[in-house]
Amino acid sequence: MLRRGLNRLLGGDESRVDSRTVYVGHRPSPTAPAFVPSKFCDNRIVSSKYTVWNFLPKNLFEQFRRIANFYFLIIFLVQVIVDTPTSPVTSGLPLFFVITVTAIKQGYEDWLRHKADNEVNKYPVLVLENGQRTQKESEKIKVGDIVEVLEDKTFPCDLILLKSSRDDDTCFVTTASLDGESNHKTHYTVPDLDSDLVVLNATIECEQPQPDLYKFVGRMHIHKDNQEPAVRSLGPENLLLKGATLKNTRAVYGVAVYTGMETKMALNYQGKSQKRSVVEKSINGFLLVYLCILLSKALVCTTLKYVWQSRPGQDEPWYNQKTLKEKEANVFLKMFTDFLSFMVLFNFIIPVSMYVTVEMQKFLGSFFITWDRDFLDQEIQEGALVNTSDLNEELGQVEYVFTDKTGTLTQNNMEFIECCIDGFQYKYQNLHMEVDGFCVTDGPVSKLQQKAEQEKEELFLRALCLCHTVQVKEAGQGVSSADQVDGLDVTSAMEQRGFIASSPDEVALVKGAMKFGFTFLGLECKSMKIMNRSKKIEAYELLHVLNFDPVRRRMSVIVRSAEGETLLFCKGADSSIFPRVKQEEVDRIRMHVERNATEGYRTLCVAYKQLSNEVFARVDGQLREARLALQDREEKLMAVYNQVEIGMSLIGATAVEDRLQEEAAETMEALQSAGIKVWVLTGDKMETAKSTCYACRLFQRSTELLELTVRTLEEGGRKREERLHELLQDYHRRAVQDAPPLKGGVTRSWSSAAQEYGFIIDGATLSLVLNTSDAISSSHKNLFLQICQNCTAVLCCRMAPLQKAQIVKMVKNSKGSPITLSVGDGANDVSMILEAHVGIGIKGKEGRQAVRNSDYAIPKLKHLKKLLLAHGHLYYVRIAHLVQYFFYKNLCFILPQFLYQFFCGYSQQPLYDAAYLTMYNICFTSMPILAYSLLEQHICIEVLLENATLYRQVAKNAMLRWCPFLCWTILGVFQGLLFFFGVHSLFGNSALQDNGQVFGNWSFGTIVFTVLVFTVTLKLALDTRHWTWINHFVIWGSLAFYVFFSFFWGGIIWPFLKQQRLYFVFANMLSSVSAWLVIILLILLSLLPDILVVVLRKPQGPYAQQKKPAGHSSTGGPQSFSRPLLMRTFSDESENTVL
Amino acid sequence: MKTQETTSRPDNTAFTQQRLPAWQPVLSAGIVIPGFLFIGLAFIGIGIGLFITSQSIQVLERDYTGTGSSSACSNCVSSNISCFCQLNFSLSALFPGPVFFYYGLSNYYQNVRKYGVSRDDEQLWGDVSKSPCSTCGPYQYSQNMTIAPCGAIANSMFNDSFTLYQLVNMTKKTVPLDGKGIAWWTDYSIKFRNPTEVYGSLAAAFNGTVKPVNWAKPVYDLDPSNPANNGFLNQDFLVWMRTAALPDFWKLYRRINAGDYVSGLPAGNYTLEIQYNYPVADFGRKSVIFTNVAWMGARNSFLGIAYLVMGFLCVVMSMVMLIVYAKFNTPGEDS
Repeated sequence: MLRRGLNRLLGGDESRVDSRTVYVGHRPSPTAPAFVPSKFCDNRIVSSKYTVWNFLPKNLFEQFRRIANFYFLIIFLVQVIVDTPTSPVTSGLPLFFVITVTAIKQGYEDWLRHKADNEVNKYPVLVLENGQRTQKESEKIKVGDIVEVLEDKTFPCDLILLKSSRDDDTCFVTTASLDGESNHKTHYTVPDLDSDLVVLNATIECEQPQPDLYKFVGRMHIHKDNQEPAVRSLGPENLLLKGATLKNTRAVYGVAVYTGMETKMALNYQGKSQKRSVVEKSINGFLLVYLCILLSKALVCTTLKYVWQSRPGQDEPWYNQKTLKEKEANVFLKMFTDFLSFMVLFNFIIPVSMYVTVEMQKFLGSFFITWDRDFLDQEIQEGALVNTSDLNEELGQVEYVFTDKTGTLTQNNMEFIECCIDGFQYKYQNLHMEVDGFCVTDGPVSKLQQKAEQEKEELFLRALCLCHTVQVKEAGQGVSSADQVDGLDVTSAMEQRGFIASSPDEVALVKGAMKFGFTFLGLECKSMKIMNRSKKIEAYELLHVLNFDPVRRRMSVIVRSAEGETLLFCKGADSSIFPRVKQEEVDRIRMHVERNATEGYRTLCVAYKQLSNEVFARVDGQLREARLALQDREEKLMAVYNQVEIGMSLIGATAVEDRLQEEAAETMEALQSAGIKVWVLTGDKMETAKSTCYACRLFQRSTELLELTVRTLEEGGRKREERLHELLQDYHRRAVQDAPPLKGGVTRSWSSAAQEYGFIIDGATLSLVLNTSDAISSSHKNLFLQICQNCTAVLCCRMAPLQKAQIVKMVKNSKGSPITLSVGDGANDVSMILEAHVGIGIKGKEGRQAVRNSDYAIPKLKHLKKLLLAHGHLYYVRIAHLVQYFFYKNLCFILPQFLYQFFCGYSQQPLYDAAYLTMYNICFTSMPILAYSLLEQHICIEVLLENATLYRQVAKNAMLRWCPFLCWTILGVFQGLLFFFGVHSLFGNSALQDNGQVFGNWSFGTIVFTVLVFTVTLKLALDTRHWTWINHFVIWGSLAFYVFFSFFWGGIIWPFLKQQRLYFVFANMLSSVSAWLVIILLILLSLLPDILVVVLRKPQGPYAQQKKPAGHSSTGGPQSFSRPLLMRTFSDESENTVL
Repeated sequence: MKTQETTSRPDNTAFTQQRLPAWQPVLSAGIVIPGFLFIGLAFIGIGIGLFITSQSIQVLERDYTGTGSSSACSNCVSSNISCFCQLNFSLSALFPGPVFFYYGLSNYYQNVRKYGVSRDDEQLWGDVSKSPCSTCGPYQYSQNMTIAPCGAIANSMFNDSFTLYQLVNMTKKTVPLDGKGIAWWTDYSIKFRNPTEVYGSLAAAFNGTVKPVNWAKPVYDLDPSNPANNGFLNQDFLVWMRTAALPDFWKLYRRINAGDYVSGLPAGNYTLEIQYNYPVADFGRKSVIFTNVAWMGARNSFLGIAYLVMGFLCVVMSMVMLIVYAKFNTPGEDS
């Protein structure tokens, strides 16, 4: 009756929107005579973006949506339409090049996607049609088809498991391609189903497709001839996801419920939101400045042109008369076209090639991270993974690191340390001496037998053995799958037995129980078998599993013993267990729990409860009902769970050690001395987290801890809000106001002798600070932020995943918008990884969700040090230099052309030939800077790693702020002026050869251009601190290419050119001694400021140190590099008899 | 972009590990100070050479625009037809040869964009039958015929002509002017070509074209004295077609390197007879220049001075660095 009621309730119109009905095998159900085959999408996966037909328009449209491309398109169109000084080719060619390269790249990627799609879509599958197995292409599968899948094959669509070849109606699946978890997961067939699928007549009602891989709700109605349809609830354990692979099972049959683009895998393909780096924002800022320069240049020239023309005889001298058309043109139109012409003439100041170079630099540069062997982890044989190359330089700008504790700071490799039964402490001492782990009588366990009552002990150990979701890995499989590391744990016991679990805590507990004599043998046909101390096998019928979830922070099982007792075992965090057990029991155990927690162990409390038959029947009914619910199933289940898990009695507590990651403390110390603030965000309890922080040296002995937790709030005995306010005020006074003012230059002073503060807050208090929505709360938030910013380390414990993201967001949006980095390994870290500027995933044990959602993934926490201090620092310096250099070289490229306008009657006469204008950014000056931006190590990697403080040199976007930008701009202006007026002075008379012949305007431009190319290339050479053979090749090669090209370009009468204006100009120039002399003079003069800077600047890094053997460096090193280079090198050299 | 885990086992090469052997330039004082000193001394040396050379070059420049009271050729400024005038000068000492004879124009914008493109290089390469390109306008066609050479540059070719006489014993002795090789060799022999002569006649080759509007004579008749110096290969024409970079410019007119004047113009009085055709008085000036040329070209004091300044700068800097070193080094050593 209940089911029918539910049917009616959910069968209404509204449910048609939220759910879909699937007819298994397309057989009409007797209750719904009007069989309407619903329209579902077919099983074709389309991940490609383009087809052959729409590739060109669609791709072009997408490319021109980028501002830069659009700008160049406009310039190109202006050149085509208006009569402009340079031919459209000069800007069309680079644009065409950029567009083509991008289109080819995207086209190739799309072709690969097409290929992959086809491979999936044309994959042969077996479909059961009227009892016949027919082979079909995967894309032909329709919703409702019954599909057969063989071992080691992937599922072609989302299937409901109907029948498995295994006896226990289960199958094993790996979802490695979906979420990277390579452990086997068990899925179950729909319970109590006819084995003959041919006659099965059933409908499935399930929710509309949604992307959550771990959620599924549905119901199956099984119709038997004129009987009431039986209803079975369907959950994620019945659903086989497309993309997952069948393992250890010969064959399964399933009915397709979601196909094609509606499968969970396809729905998960949606890309992450694009993260943009600070450098990109700086580029846009500079771009705006240059756009203003461009516009004002064009405006100035246009205005001056008309002022100049207004003087008599200048507008139209007899030797240069206008055509009829020009005379008749509207004066305003002429002004406008003049303006556009100037724009076109000067548009090279905004370099089209910069975007390409920046993209290439990022793309190629990211390979150095993946290639780095220091990131190669021997255990998993994997290196670092780069998911996005857009953020390379952001790694050098990190100010806040948010780190998860479990699995990130710690290894997540659990070891059972001790337990406490009924107030007595049991320590398992000599682990290595214990070989067989089945120790019954003597040895370390003897203590156990002396203290607590035998009954309590055994109850506790049984609870440990029963209350979990661990599976036993079958003996035979142990060898074949020994390479699977995640979640798999092979004991060294005599039996080849391993446990598989989603959480390593559980494995540790089960193994712990094993060491005390109770061995979990496995789950077979809903009965859990354990071997007790007297080697007898006890069997318990598993009735219900009340799953673990992070909100409840506990899990329970309901089992029935052989004697017929119904028992509930529950284990969970102390805070979630204590309120649900008797108080006097708590007091006995609490002390142990707290002590264990301060030692850094993870503690769990174990409780149990006997259920009478009546109670069980009620609970059973409620659970079944809740499980069948289509809507709000989670909430309903949770309510039932909470109802059941009360009034339990506490039996004991366990302590599991989670060891620190390798070099976790060193890494944290390095990050801190690099001026990075480390915040630990964990779901663990405060004491555990605090001890981890001490162990990681995030908190030092001298650190004064400011605590803001539920405990401190309740101390005063007053209202929480008042106390919170008071505490915040107090901490603020101590940490912010009384702190010594920061020195001007160093914004993040860390090494000063001032008192260091550490801040601790828990989840409940945090929500009190953040979520109360009134005026006070915003002041609270402010105070909180200020306190945190003045603390060296902050610990946030008891955090829900969403709160982690909230914290990251709060810091991200605080004053100065600091760059944040989140590092984590588990699914609960995904939200903060996505929220932070840079997300780092650790390839840990808690699956691969974090890695999938991260921007960079590294195998271990210790790799973070090199990633930030070496790679990040170098990438930042490289790209910052790249950007500044690009703007600089285009400024001194275009400035002479601008100045020339003053000497040619503002007629938009280009100074350089079109070929030079086009090639300057593409060929002559692009390769050296690209090589520089890939290879430069202004300080070598070892030194960067040794001296973490060097990281602060580039903090706060130091190389791309307005001041350095101004310096570069001034340099560009200086050189541009020098180039032009130097050559201009030379051309006081243009007879520069010993045969008296004169040079024309193209010779003038070519001399300027030659000086320009050599100067900007040599300027880069001066900046290069790390000359590999590639740098040599590219720098000298570029110059040689320029000379070669000029000879070539001027050596031939080009049939396609209308004007042979550069014919032999370059060769002729080289025949003039004066030209040579002026070129050498101007190059040297323009580089003089740079040479002086190089000579006189303080040395960037301790080069001296790196040359000396490591042992000596500590004594003499630091002094020698604090002095200017000039003096140091003098003292280093004995013979200074230079004069 | 997505780097898949295909690179899970990275290559262990110097390049991938960013450990390529590299040279790190360390500009030590031992290099820098002598380097600066050397460069400075070298520059001073070159600068002195340049300066002395430049000073030894003699320049004689005479304006003959005709405006202003005492200016020569004032009689010709307002006349519309060809007009002759004289310009007298005397040399007190030998003007060492070979003497180069330039004409100079000022405030004359040969570098205006519209002017600079107003030519047809294909036509100048000998193809007169084609219609001239549109940039030649408004000097494309005249009387419905193609103008050869078309365009504003050709049309505005400098057409004053000069004859130089030395006054020896009150008689005029013609100074021979050599017009050969005043244009770039590549212009003369490759970039410019005459159309193929028809039956040995250049004039016939230009059939179907008309002379530029402002010209007195057609292009095949530019130099009646030397038939080889006609058409597009006329040296004066080639010189003019190489447009100047700046509004004040010189262009080479003739060399004086024959007869009695191989070693230069001897002291004495000279008369330059000018056929005054070219109107510039409205916007600028014109002049004639006699000069001799050294290895660095015509007189140019800029280079010499710049080299001297740069050289001194380098020397001074090396001195300053030396003082800095001497002053700060000794106490720095002990600490």
